[in-house]
Amino acid sequence: MTMLLAATHLQAPHIDWASFMPLVIIGTGALIVLLLGLLGNPALRASVVPLVTLLALAAFLVVSITRWHHPASIISGALAIDDLALLLDLIFAVSAIACVLLSLRTRAPRSAGHGEYHSLLLFCVMGMVVLVSAQNLVTLFIGFELLSIPLYILCASEYRREGSLEAGLKYLVIGSVGAATLVYGLALVYGATGSTQFATIASQISSGAGGGGLLGDPLLLTGLALVLVGFAFKASVAPFHQWTPDVYEGAPTPITAFMATATKAAALGVLLRFFDVAAIHVRDTWAPAMATIAAITIVVGNVGALSQSSVKRLLGYSSVAQAGYMLAGVVVGTRLGVEATVLYLAVYLMMNIAAFAVLVGVQGERRDGDDLSGLAGLGRRSPWLAWPLTIAMLALAGIPGTVGFIGKFQLIHALVDGDYTWLAIVLVIGSMISLAYYLRVIAALWMRSATPSPGPGFLADAPGLGGLAPIAGGSPEADALADGDGSGPALPAPPPEVTLVAVVFGGASIVFGIFPSPLFDLASHAGRALGLL
Amino acid sequence: MALVASQLPARVAGRAAVLGSLATLGVAISFVVRFHTGSAGLQFVTDRMWISALGIHYKLGLDGLNVALVLVTAVVFVAATIYAAQREWDRPQVFFFHFALAESGVLGAFCAQDLALFIIFFDLMLIPFFFLSGIWGSGERVRATTKLVVYTLVGSFFMLVGAIATGVEAAGQHGAPLSFAFSSLQALPLSHSSQIWIFACFAIAFLVKMPLVPFHGWLPDGYKAMPIPAVAVFSAILSKVAAYGFLRIVLPLFPYAAVHFQLLMLIIALASILWGTVVALSTPDARLVVAYSSVAQLGFITLGIFSLRAPGGQGALLQMVNHALVTAPLFFIVAALAARSGGSEKLADMGGIAFRAPVLAALALIVTLATLAMPGSSNFVGEFLILLGVFNAKLPIALLASVGVVGAAVYALRLYIRAMHNRVNPDVTSREIDRLDLVPVAGMVLVIVVLAFYPQFGLRRSQPTLDRSLAATHQIQASATRAVAQAP
Repeated sequence: MTMLLAATHLQAPHIDWASFMPLVIIGTGALIVLLLGLLGNPALRASVVPLVTLLALAAFLVVSITRWHHPASIISGALAIDDLALLLDLIFAVSAIACVLLSLRTRAPRSAGHGEYHSLLLFCVMGMVVLVSAQNLVTLFIGFELLSIPLYILCASEYRREGSLEAGLKYLVIGSVGAATLVYGLALVYGATGSTQFATIASQISSGAGGGGLLGDPLLLTGLALVLVGFAFKASVAPFHQWTPDVYEGAPTPITAFMATATKAAALGVLLRFFDVAAIHVRDTWAPAMATIAAITIVVGNVGALSQSSVKRLLGYSSVAQAGYMLAGVVVGTRLGVEATVLYLAVYLMMNIAAFAVLVGVQGERRDGDDLSGLAGLGRRSPWLAWPLTIAMLALAGIPGTVGFIGKFQLIHALVDGDYTWLAIVLVIGSMISLAYYLRVIAALWMRSATPSPGPGFLADAPGLGGLAPIAGGSPEADALADGDGSGPALPAPPPEVTLVAVVFGGASIVFGIFPSPLFDLASHAGRALGLL
Repeated sequence: MALVASQLPARVAGRAAVLGSLATLGVAISFVVRFHTGSAGLQFVTDRMWISALGIHYKLGLDGLNVALVLVTAVVFVAATIYAAQREWDRPQVFFFHFALAESGVLGAFCAQDLALFIIFFDLMLIPFFFLSGIWGSGERVRATTKLVVYTLVGSFFMLVGAIATGVEAAGQHGAPLSFAFSSLQALPLSHSSQIWIFACFAIAFLVKMPLVPFHGWLPDGYKAMPIPAVAVFSAILSKVAAYGFLRIVLPLFPYAAVHFQLLMLIIALASILWGTVVALSTPDARLVVAYSSVAQLGFITLGIFSLRAPGGQGALLQMVNHALVTAPLFFIVAALAARSGGSEKLADMGGIAFRAPVLAALALIVTLATLAMPGSSNFVGEFLILLGVFNAKLPIALLASVGVVGAAVYALRLYIRAMHNRVNPDVTSREIDRLDLVPVAGMVLVIVVLAFYPQFGLRRSQPTLDRSLAATHQIQASATRAVAQAP
C-alpha cells in the first residue's frame, strides 16, 4: 500500500520517446530475434531470423533518418541524439545490414545458432549507439561494454574452427585489458573534475580548481592518457594494435567486415566526443601525444601490411593505418577536423565493406580465398567481384575519382588548416607506402593467372598467362573448412547477395567519389552538432 | 565541355574506340577552328561548382597554352587507337575502355582550370596505364608497372599536399574564401616561404612524371613492359602533361620560387639532356633508344620553360607538340622493326630492313630527321627557340645544351642505320609495312611534315597566354635586378 502511494507521488522522469525510438527498436529487435532463434524448424529459422534482423535494422535506419536535425538530449542528459550520433548510427546500421547479408550462407550463424548470432549483432549495434551518443562517463562505459562483449562472442562464433576461437579469446583478453584501462582512466577523470557529465567536465577543466582551470593537473592528465589508451585498443591504434591482424584473420569474414567498419566508427565517434568536447580545453596537452600516436599508427599499419599474404591480415593492417588517418582528424580539434574524421568514417565504410564482401564471395568459391594467391585471375573468373575489389583497393589507396581521395583530401585539408602540416605529410607518406600493397592485390586480381585450387568449386577456365608459380594454399582456415560440417558452400559462382553487396558498395565508392557533395553535407551537419568548436 | 563526355561511351571494342577517338579529334579540331587567336584569356569555359565545401570547381577551358596540346593529344590517341585496333587483345573491351579512360584523363588534365581538378585528372590518367601495362604488357610487367605507378603516385601525393596547402594558405593569407580555381589563386600570391616548399612538392611530381634525370628510375622497366600503343601514348602525351603543369601552374602561381630555383631546374634539365643522350647512344635496345631520347627532349623542354624567357617558353611549347608527334610513330616503327627481326628489340638483331621495305624506311627516315631537329623540321624551330631563350638567360648552360643537339643527331641516325641499313641480319625477315599499320604511322608523318612547313600554327595561338604566364616571374626578376642595382 505504501509502495503504491509512493508511486503516485513519484514523478516519472520525462522520456522523449521519439528520440529514444532507435534504441528501443534495436533492443526489441534483438530480443525478438533471440526468441525466433528457438523456432523448431531449422530451415524456417535460417530464413526468418536474418529477415527479422534486417527488418529491425531497416526500421532503426528509417527512424534514425527521421530524427535528423532534431537534436535531443534524453535520459536526463545521459544520451545526446544529435546529428553526429545519427550519422554514426547510419554507418552502424548499414554495416550491420551488410554483415547480415554477407553471413547468410556462411557457416558462422549456423554453428553459433541463428538466433544468438543475429541477436548478438543487434546488441552490439545497440552498444555502439549508446557509446557514440553518450554524454557522461557512465553511459560511455556501458556502451563500450555492450559493444565489446557481443563482439568477443561473435568473433568466436565459428567455434568448430580453431582460428575463430583463438580470435575470440585473443580479442576478449586484449579487449578486457583495454576496458580496464579505460574505466580506470574514466575514474581518474571523474576524480579530477568531480563530474561525470561531459559538459561539466569541460567547464571544470577550463574554470575548475579556483578558476585557473585544471591545465596541468596530473590526475586529469593521467586519466586522459588512460582513456586514450583504452580507446586506442578498440580503434586498433598503434602501439595497441597487435590483436588486429590476428583477430581480423581468425574471425568469420562478415564479422570482420562489421568489426572493421562499425567498431572503428564507434571508437572514433566517442574519441571525437570525449576529446573534442569534454577535454577540448586541455587540447594543448593531449594533442601532441595523440598526433605522435597517429603518426606511429600510420607508419606501423602501412609497413606491417607490406609483407602480408593473407588478404584479411592485409586489410587488418590497412585498417590500423586508416585508424591513424582518422585519428589525425581528431587531433586537429577543429570543426573541420571533426568533419573530416566523420567523412572518412563514411568513406571507410564503403571501401571496406566492398572489399570484405568480395572476400566472402571468394571464400565461398575457393578454400584459400583468403590468400592473395586465391585472388589470382579473379578478374577473368568473376569480374563482378573483381571490379568492386579493385575499386575498393584504389579507394583505400586514395586514388582520385574514388571516395578515398575525397576522404584524404578533406583530412589533409583539415590538417593543413589546423597547423599540423607535418602530420599531413606523414599521412601522405603512409599513403605512398600503402600503394605498394594495394596495388599488389589489384595485380593479383588482373595480372596473374589462377593457381590450381586446393579446394572444390574452382573453374579452371583461365588460360595461362605465364603468371607466378602456384603458392601452396592451405591456410588453417582451409583445413578447417574441409572437415567442418561440410557445408562451406562450394559454389562456382558467388551467392547473389554477396555480389550485390560488393557491387553496391563498390559502386558507391565511385559515385560518391565523383559527386561527394551529399557526404560533405552530412559530415558538416555532424560536425556542427558538436557545438563547442 | 564535350571532350571528356564524348570519350566515356567508347568501351564497346576496338572499332568503337577508333570512332570515339576520331569523334574526339573532330571535337578538338572544331575547338581549334573556333579558337580566337589573339586573346590571352580562357575560351570555351565550362565552370560549375563541384564540391562547394572545398571550393573545388569543375572548370575546363582552352587558352593558348593548351589548345595545341589538346589537338595533339587527340591526334596521337587516334593514331594509337587505330594501331591498337588492328591487334588482337585479350578481352578487348577492357583494353579499349582503359585506353579511352586514359584519353579522358589526359584531356581533362590539359583543360582543367582548377588545381584540385588538375590533380584528379593527373592521377586518373595514370590508373589506366597501370592496367594496360600490367595486363597486356610484356616481360616483368607486374613489377615494372607497380614501380611506375608507385613512383608517379608518390610524386602526385606530394603535389596533392602542395595543392591543398596552396588553396588553404592563399585563402588564409588573404582572408579569402577557399578556392582552387587558377584564376582566383593567381590573384592571391603566396608568401615567399610557402612558395618555396610548395614549389618543391609540385616539381617532384612533374619531374617524376616527365621523367628527368634523378627521377627516371621507373623509365626503362616501365617503357619496356608497356604494350606499344600504351607506351607511344605515355611517352608522347603523358610526359607533356607534366611539362605543361610547369607552365600552367608553377610559373604563374609560384613565380618567386620559380626564379629562386631557376638554376637548379636548368641544371636538372641539362643533366637530363646529357644523360639521356649518352644512354640513348649506348643502349643496345631500340625501344630504349627512343625512351632515353625522350628524356633528353624533355630536358630541352624544361630548359626552355625555365629560361623564363618568352622565346624559351615558346620553343618549349612547340617542342612539346613536336616531340609528341615524333615519339609515337617512332615507337610504332620500333615495333614494326621488332616484328621483322624475330620479335627482338635489340639493335644487334636488326639490320638491312630497308632493302625489302622502302616505304617503312622512308617513313622512318622522315621521323628520324624530325627527331634530330633537322633544319626545316618543326623540331629545329623548337630547339632553336629554346636555345635562344637559354642563351639570353644563362649562357654556359646553353652552350652545354647544344652538345645535346649534336648527340641527338648521332643517336637518331644510329638507330636508323643499325636497323634499316647495315648488313642484313640472318634472323631478319624483312617485309613491307602492313597496310593497316601504314594508316597511323603515315598519318602521323603527314602531320609532322605539315607542321614543319607551318610551325607558326601553335606559336601564334600560344603567344599571348604564354606572355601572361611568364609575367609574374618577369616581375620578380625585374625587382630582383633593381634590388641588386640599388644595393651598392
